[in-house]
Amino acid sequence: MAEKPRTLFEKIWDAHIVASEPGAPAILAIDLHLVHEVTSPQAFTGLRERGLKVRKPGQTVATADHSIPTTDPSIPIADELARKQLAQIEANCREFGIPFHGKGSPTRGIVHVIGPELGLTQPGMTIVCGDSHTATHGAFGALAFGIGTSEIEMVLATQTLLQRRPKTFRVEVTGRLQPGVGAKDIILALIARIGIGGGTGHVIEYTGDAIRALSMEERMTVCNMSIEGGARAGLIAPDETTFAYLKGRKFAPHSAAWDEAVAGWRALPSDEGATYDRTIVIDGDKLEPMVTYGTNPGMGVPVTGRIPALTDVEPGARDDLERALAYMGLEAGSSIAGRKLDVVFIGSCTNGRIEDMRAAASVLRGRHVADGLRVLVVPGSQQVKRQAESEGLDEVFRAAGAEWRESGCSMCIAMNGDQLEPGEYGISTSNRNFQGRQGKGGRTFLASPLTAAASAVTGVVTDPRTMAAGSGTASQPSAVEAH
Amino acid sequence: MPEPFVSTTSRVISIPRANIDTDQICPARFLKITDKANLADALFFDWRFTPDGTRREPPSFIDEPHNAGRQILLVGDNFGAGSSREHAPWALRAWGIRAIVSTSFADIFRGNALKNALLPIVVSTERHAALTSLLAANPDAEWTVDLDAQTVSLPGGDSFAFELDPFARTMILAGTDEIGYVLGKLGAIEAWEASHPARVETR
Repeated sequence: MAEKPRTLFEKIWDAHIVASEPGAPAILAIDLHLVHEVTSPQAFTGLRERGLKVRKPGQTVATADHSIPTTDPSIPIADELARKQLAQIEANCREFGIPFHGKGSPTRGIVHVIGPELGLTQPGMTIVCGDSHTATHGAFGALAFGIGTSEIEMVLATQTLLQRRPKTFRVEVTGRLQPGVGAKDIILALIARIGIGGGTGHVIEYTGDAIRALSMEERMTVCNMSIEGGARAGLIAPDETTFAYLKGRKFAPHSAAWDEAVAGWRALPSDEGATYDRTIVIDGDKLEPMVTYGTNPGMGVPVTGRIPALTDVEPGARDDLERALAYMGLEAGSSIAGRKLDVVFIGSCTNGRIEDMRAAASVLRGRHVADGLRVLVVPGSQQVKRQAESEGLDEVFRAAGAEWRESGCSMCIAMNGDQLEPGEYGISTSNRNFQGRQGKGGRTFLASPLTAAASAVTGVVTDPRTMAAGSGTASQPSAVEAH
Repeated sequence: MPEPFVSTTSRVISIPRANIDTDQICPARFLKITDKANLADALFFDWRFTPDGTRREPPSFIDEPHNAGRQILLVGDNFGAGSSREHAPWALRAWGIRAIVSTSFADIFRGNALKNALLPIVVSTERHAALTSLLAANPDAEWTVDLDAQTVSLPGGDSFAFELDPFARTMILAGTDEIGYVLGKLGAIEAWEASHPARVETR
């Protein structure tokens, strides 16, 4: 009798069950544990109090990204708490033997940017991190999800987690994206449709032609924001695009081990006939650039669209909408395009990779940002920073009047001094527009790098399709046309 | 190590908002600590204070004088969305909250809450509406949340049952935590590791 067809998720889950007792959650083996300075200190304290070691320091890796300044690294860190927290992660890694890509390291960066670029993130793995955007790594066909500090301590101590099996949710994106529409627009459109709790209890698998056509970096953007739809993890089956990205990276398998690994990875995609607890289909041909207007990532509309009127939403959601629009200082039923901006932020684990930098530069090349606008371009890692500089992108940004920074989470979470001031409007390529997320009283529009860059030029929320590539790009297609 | 928790009787704070995210529960700038100190002060901070640090008027939910010391929250759908920060349940517990009643909780928050003996109690939409009306009519009513019996008792002898992950329930009732349980299965972990070579070496 043939085996029951299984999904990608089920294959990874089944391959990592260490023990499963009736009534208890499964003990799930963890292949890779990513650690950063903000959510780990109390977990290391817990280990010390119990007299425990890190069980697998060689399957653990740490960096400093959340509270680290993105300004000149030779300037001492002014924020005493941040300085102490950054010293703490370094000391903890030294004490417990964990490799640390810290300040001054050429491989430092946002944890979800460096995992893939170092080749640590691989198909079929279980990957966890004390950060909800760990879903990013699902782009490689890995089961990757965010955990709390108690769970960090559990993984440090045992290299396992206690987990109840989630349900499966297939999101098929059909067709082909139009020029000017990208990965960020796919995920913002999905969340606008299912809501920020729509994926709760589920692991999403993204399928369909529009997903297959995405580069690895674009797939990471999609998977990254699975959590904003309530799903702890989002996966994309590995394919030739995945293998081509990984080949030759530092921690990826090499020579004979590479061939063996790829053979195993080829068996991961969901079997024909595998079933999901839930499926939805999104028509990729019809997607437009998306922008959020409210105070959660589900409050998004096409850039050509209007902010909903109170009568457009369910009666139960009207209070939420009214409160969100009061915070945002926006009028129900009005256009989203044309909204005045104070700040533009291009970066984060969602859109801080080299392709995002190239997309933004393709718009800003030969142009200048609008008067009075503050524009921050923050690469996702030091490697991204060097690559961008080798392509001259830093010069494009500086010439346009934007600031080019060191890598880090920066204004996505506003822990390091990069932030919106009360009442300011920012368009941001990051992942969350919650009240105060980018600074006390700050007001965020989430959008793609193309939309953010086009808006930087005009100073108002702008449809990137209305703006041709910047000058000096005659010999190369603009990012708008290339998609 | 946590203390055993069986039940609590308390008046209730109602926060009739959906999608309360962990950035509201504990804003990110309070995440620079390396311990769990002073998190009670961070709870719902930006709802309670204006950006210049003035306490808002009228006071926000937990700052209303009659809500001081209450241990049960009644909140809207999808509580705890967003960031995985365990500082959110730490802050709620530090302030004194022991149980939260909602129609749903975000996955990561729910797990973090259970690990801190903070009970996420899920009720139906109908029950939630009834509880909201009950509270509006009698804002000072005392409820008893009994984890052992898995019931919430309301004034007048009414009560309802709730579901909670049975494993988490056992852990909370006993005041033990999961690391001890898993360390007790070290034999199984070693056996698994012996037959599954590490997929990556980070050093």
